[in-house]
Amino acid sequence: MATTHSRAAARLMLSPAVLLLLGWMIIPLSMTIYFSFLHYNLLIPGTHDFIGFANYSYFLTDPAFFAALFNTLLLVGGVLAITIVGGVLLAILLDQPMWGQGIVRILVIAPFFVMPTVGALVWKNMFMNPVNGLFAHMAKALGLQPFDFLAQAPLASIIGMVAWQWLPFATLILLTALQSLDREQLEASEMDGASPFSTFFYITLPHLARAITVVVLIQTIFLLSVFAEILVTTNGGPGYATTNITYLVYAQSLLQFDVGGGSAGGIVAVILANIVAIFLMRMIGKNLDI
Amino acid sequence: MARASSNRRKTVVTVLAWAIGLLIFFPILWTVLTSFKTEAEAVASPPSFINFHWTLENYAEVQSRSDYFRHFLNSVVISLGSTVLGLIIAIPAAWSMAFVPAKRTKDILMWMLSTKMLPPVGVLIPIYLIFRDIGLLDSLLGLIIVLMLINLPIIIWMLFTYFREIPGEILEAARMDGAGLKAELLYVLTPMAVPGIASTLLLNIILAWNEAFWTLNLTAAKAAPLTAFIASYSSPEGLFYAKLSAASTMAIAPILILGWFSQKQLVRGLTFGAVK
Amino acid sequence: MGEIVLDQVTKTFGHVQVIPPLDLQIEDGEFVVFVGPSGCGKSTLLRLIAGLEDVTTGEIRIDGEPATHTAPAKRGLAMVFQSYALYPHMSVKKNIAFPLKMAGLPQSVIEEKVENAAKVLNLTDYLDRRPGQLSGGQRQRVAIGRAIVREPSAFLFDEPLSNLDAALRVNMRLEISELHNSLKTTMIYVTHDQVEAMTMADKIVVLNAGRVEQVGSPLDLYNAPRNLFVAGFIGSPKMNFIEGETAEAHRATTVGIRPEHIAVSTDAGSWAGVVSVAEHLGSDTLLHVQTENLGTLTARVDGEFSVRHGSRVFLTPQEDKMHRFDARGLAIR
Ligand SMILES: Nc1ncnc2c1ncn2[C@@H]1O[C@H](COP(=O)(O)OP(=O)(O)OP(=O)(O)O)[C@@H](O)[C@H]1O
Ligand SMILES: [Mg+2]
Repeated sequence: MATTHSRAAARLMLSPAVLLLLGWMIIPLSMTIYFSFLHYNLLIPGTHDFIGFANYSYFLTDPAFFAALFNTLLLVGGVLAITIVGGVLLAILLDQPMWGQGIVRILVIAPFFVMPTVGALVWKNMFMNPVNGLFAHMAKALGLQPFDFLAQAPLASIIGMVAWQWLPFATLILLTALQSLDREQLEASEMDGASPFSTFFYITLPHLARAITVVVLIQTIFLLSVFAEILVTTNGGPGYATTNITYLVYAQSLLQFDVGGGSAGGIVAVILANIVAIFLMRMIGKNLDI
Repeated sequence: MARASSNRRKTVVTVLAWAIGLLIFFPILWTVLTSFKTEAEAVASPPSFINFHWTLENYAEVQSRSDYFRHFLNSVVISLGSTVLGLIIAIPAAWSMAFVPAKRTKDILMWMLSTKMLPPVGVLIPIYLIFRDIGLLDSLLGLIIVLMLINLPIIIWMLFTYFREIPGEILEAARMDGAGLKAELLYVLTPMAVPGIASTLLLNIILAWNEAFWTLNLTAAKAAPLTAFIASYSSPEGLFYAKLSAASTMAIAPILILGWFSQKQLVRGLTFGAVK
Repeated sequence: MGEIVLDQVTKTFGHVQVIPPLDLQIEDGEFVVFVGPSGCGKSTLLRLIAGLEDVTTGEIRIDGEPATHTAPAKRGLAMVFQSYALYPHMSVKKNIAFPLKMAGLPQSVIEEKVENAAKVLNLTDYLDRRPGQLSGGQRQRVAIGRAIVREPSAFLFDEPLSNLDAALRVNMRLEISELHNSLKTTMIYVTHDQVEAMTMADKIVVLNAGRVEQVGSPLDLYNAPRNLFVAGFIGSPKMNFIEGETAEAHRATTVGIRPEHIAVSTDAGSWAGVVSVAEHLGSDTLLHVQTENLGTLTARVDGEFSVRHGSRVFLTPQEDKMHRFDARGLAIR
């Protein structure tokens, strides 16, 4: 394989992908950085004054920013916690011998294939609606007062919807990892007199560590930019209760047409994502053998 | 373990797993059922599960009101287009990294993964403005390009993990047997990689189909795919549950079916080969 | 046809020179075996000959023609890989036919050649199966079949039997030897296995860190190793090396004596010692003897010879079978 000729050919074949991704990263990002220093609003044409860090100080001191930062962390953390704990338990359950395992798998994985806008609208209207939603019907049947999820616990409701979409993914990956666990290891620990409980903590969980890392990495990438679910359910409200950084930047730039402010927000989002990413890449870089 | 107790255990596990499975699946099932109800039945209290008056009128109405098929076609074009374009760029790249690895191959792969971490809002404005200026806003081509770019790292990684499993010796054998680069790709590599390429294709169609940041922000009316079509149901007008359900069912059914076929590949593709 | 000459060939990976300048001449029709410790460059050398790697400097000639920059397929060589490298998506028949198809031969000729090869290799019943449905030995035969049909001027084998179990290995060894006898084509064969090297080769090339230590017939190497490395590498169990006074008495820095050239007795002999391990192989027994001042020596005795761990024995070397080496490790003749 490794003759000079094939090496040159290989470089050539790799370059379009590298150039495209490089362009995709560098060109818009440098434009965003540039805009973030300008007073630039699409509604006020012609003014592109350089205003230094004013956009940043505006964005970073805006109370909405802290609300959004906090919401983003809660959203990511909450969904990760639910999907990982739930995923581990569900994966262990699905790994047991049972009848109709294939069908159960299909049922469990289904929400992952539902587009975010559909999932969110279905939850919002058909389940969480305080008048006609299924939960309201159930509450009434039990003689309880219906709960207005999106008004009274908006962020928790969104976390619930998003977790429903991602639980299948975590489960599927953890199940796959579980199935690669050496049966003999489990039998050995049974022979060693370990209880199912200690088998879980000393053998199963360490074996799953790598898969859990991967789940955290992938989900974090997607969860940091949850958008559609918020757009179609609460529009970030009430107040800023469900505004995450992604939604805040969107609102700033495409609803208020403030390109400068939105860009500053975008850069803040990139920096935050990078801080998270560095951690995650460290973790996973060790785990990926190439 | 005794036979009887192991059977009892299996029964308990089965019941529990089915219960949880149905619970997780229930919102989808409920949506599909509601789509066949009349609007009045859809909000009736107590709700009826299957003994209602089944009707297809919601589907007809959704089609006539918001032109489902046009959005459906847009979704098909965008997801297929971006995936195929991505594959054309990714196959040579993954091939070269898998079979002619260099010292920096691992770094390049990690870097590609890291571009996936760039939050879309960070580049939303420039892309929006560029697209506006060159007329790609609300165009299928524009979305094809963007979705291709955001999924390119996943496509490359996924193909890489498949290609890496093809032993290099086989390609060398082909070269000894007189196969040139073309014959090697045509008769040896491609047939061996077809399952891998097919699953990559499938998974990326799913990801592109469900992508809901760029599709919502870069389209208005013309190029809007199903994600945007559904978003138009977010502001209720009168009784609309049954219609919402019908629209939702139509939006997710094609991809749900594809997804069920590709669930095994999903793990591999989305974990960059780290979990198999 | 199948004479291969390597002239001052070197190979460097990055900054590491794996093959220092190396000359080698392989005659037409010869069965040449490359042996050497793991990582010494056997596969690299074979792949250089095949054209799968570019030489860094030097020249390769095949049948007198320069082949240094010729594409692998144009060199008229066939290679059998350790992993067999069969095309998993093609039937046995298609696998064997592949090089012929690439050469653009007409279908009828291809059919005929494949059939003949299948007959020779006992594969006729398996032609429609996929490689995945074959046993290890059968796969090996398909790989050989794919090489044979091309009627190459030389066959290259890279540890072709190392994935087979012991019994099958013996069979395939014989089959390959028979094949060589009937085809009379040059074969270059890389192996780790002493027995394969000794039994199959016309000529053995002993490699160490990319250098040729010695080239010769199996018995040449066994009887007259040129240096300590070859002496220690050829022969199993390994030759015993003795230094110090005993060696000096023979006017050498080191003397070597093979286990089979040591006589063992329970009552008298040159060197006294205690048996630490006795390995009974049935036909003969290997004794690892802890001697008083020469360290542990290995001796091969008849299977009937009865000693146990802890037995006291006396060893006597056959003086005329002693190998003497100087301070640089070279044999003294
Ligand atoms: N593509 C390569 N890049 C860098 N170094 C290599 C490459 N191929 C082989 N080497 C190095 O060259 C040396 C010789 O390798 P080679 O595979 O020829 O050994 P070998 O004698 O066949 O060993 P074995 O008996 O284990 O198969 C080794 O040190 C190996 O690490
Ligand atoms: Mg080797």
